[in-house]
Amino acid sequence: MITFDAVTKRYPDGTVAVDGLSLEAPTGEITVFVGPSGCGKTTSLRMINRMIDATEGQILLDGVPVQGIDPPTLRRGIGYVIQQAGLFPHRRIVDNVATVPYLLGWDRRKARARAMELLERVGLDSALARRYPFQLSGGQQQRVGVARALAADPPVLLMDEPFSAVDPVVRTSLQDELLRLQAELNKTIVFVTHDIDEAIKLGDRVAVLRVGGRLAQLADPKTLLSDPADDFVREFLGRDRGIRRLQFVSTAGLRLRTDLTVEEGFGGGTAEPWALVVSADGAPVGWVADARPDVLEPFGTFVHGRDSMRSALDAALLSPSGCAVGVDENGKVVGVATREALDEALAEAADG
Amino acid sequence: MSWLIAFFDWLVEFFGDPARWSGPDGIPARLLEHLEFSALALALAVLIAVPLGLLIGHTGRGEVVVVVSANLARALPTLGLLVMFVLLLGAASVWPVIIPLVLLAVPPILVNTFEGIKGVDPELRDAAYGMGLRGGQVLGRVLVPVALPLILLGCRLSAIQVVATTTVAAYTGLGGLGRFIIDGFATKDYARVVGGSVLIVLFALVVQILFALAQRVTVSPGVSRRLKVR
Repeated sequence: MITFDAVTKRYPDGTVAVDGLSLEAPTGEITVFVGPSGCGKTTSLRMINRMIDATEGQILLDGVPVQGIDPPTLRRGIGYVIQQAGLFPHRRIVDNVATVPYLLGWDRRKARARAMELLERVGLDSALARRYPFQLSGGQQQRVGVARALAADPPVLLMDEPFSAVDPVVRTSLQDELLRLQAELNKTIVFVTHDIDEAIKLGDRVAVLRVGGRLAQLADPKTLLSDPADDFVREFLGRDRGIRRLQFVSTAGLRLRTDLTVEEGFGGGTAEPWALVVSADGAPVGWVADARPDVLEPFGTFVHGRDSMRSALDAALLSPSGCAVGVDENGKVVGVATREALDEALAEAADG
Repeated sequence: MSWLIAFFDWLVEFFGDPARWSGPDGIPARLLEHLEFSALALALAVLIAVPLGLLIGHTGRGEVVVVVSANLARALPTLGLLVMFVLLLGAASVWPVIIPLVLLAVPPILVNTFEGIKGVDPELRDAAYGMGLRGGQVLGRVLVPVALPLILLGCRLSAIQVVATTTVAAYTGLGGLGRFIIDGFATKDYARVVGGSVLIVLFALVVQILFALAQRVTVSPGVSRRLKVR
């Protein structure tokens, strides 16, 4: 656990970057610091590994004040990932990843074996190990940055806007990768971003900081969206707060109808205005309107129980039938969520 | 085209004379002298300027030294400096010549080493410290390898300058390839002048090639980006 105890950073010119910050980043969770430029989020992060020293207050790592630890020793025990990856250009990828193990005096072969294992773990081809950083794309470099931070298996990982310099598609895949890794590794992660959507996606807890380095709110993403502490947080969260909150509502309780599906070759004639055509192996094919049984209309699916209400609503809006198709993990139809069923679930979500 | 023919005649006359290839005023002896003076001056300059440039670039303290040295290098008349040191110290040893050569060679190395270290991407420096490298490790394991092309450029510029100026040093009665030119002019022996000039040009070329080779061997392909992408 990382504890901020009334931490203040004041520069000699009087600027206050962080002002009386007190919070805890629990073990095994992702705590996100988010806020506009100048809110002190990066400064707060860098005080944990003493890249910057606090002026007042203290930061504790599992109860031990970091101020008492020699900075290089402290840093070797904390993974650190930065925006541009910061890979050493003169070293091959494998040696970049093995940086901290080398520093810790590991045997060269053991350090390299560990590096290869980590490259695989972050989803990189082992053929890249012999390359130099300039031969990799931005997204690949960032994965190497994560692998390097994990090399000596530190319990704590600090990530300073690690995904903000890559394009949106790569960013999404890196975020998914981080969540997948975290499910395996259970590190204590402090993640800094200015992107509230990223904060909500990744954070177990999100600390919203305001300019001048004061904590505006610390909450889990769902609470943040449903119950912002004040106007600043509300404004920072932006539009579509209600819709975005739906991504934390499970579809497990969503009522599905199983009597609206028909087999391929259906000729019309149910009592319902719409019917879902399902192939022999259970995959959805399309909607047919009772009035025009020969025309297949588009459909949208969600994985029942795994996807959120937001996905279910999105699936419903993709089809002229207004219904969402619930499928299982293998893509087989398990039932249909009608407007009535969605309406019920939304009403429940709105109640809280 | 007659000047070209004359030029070749002089070359043949100079290099074709067997007497030119032995004795204290022969080509091998003069070449060796030139090499000795240049190498000694350059080695001393490297020993002074590289550590100083690394230190100033890494700590950010003492930048004024770099600025002053860069400006002095432009302002100091080399020949004047040579003559002054010879007058001050006498011509008994090589030092009156070596000292001004070193003074001349220090600024390019100092400035380029300093700029190379200082110019390393701050993100990289940050990452190095963040990984837990200590100050000296950051310098030795990250900053120097990344700044190496510039450091070597500084050394190469100085080397060329030293080789050229060692020629002028012959004015003060010292050996080296400059003797052929100066003695040649004095005795109106133009074959000697031309032959000496050609030798100096070749010498400078070889120095350039040596530095290019050194760069290839010592600079990481990740820094020089010599490899094909993907």
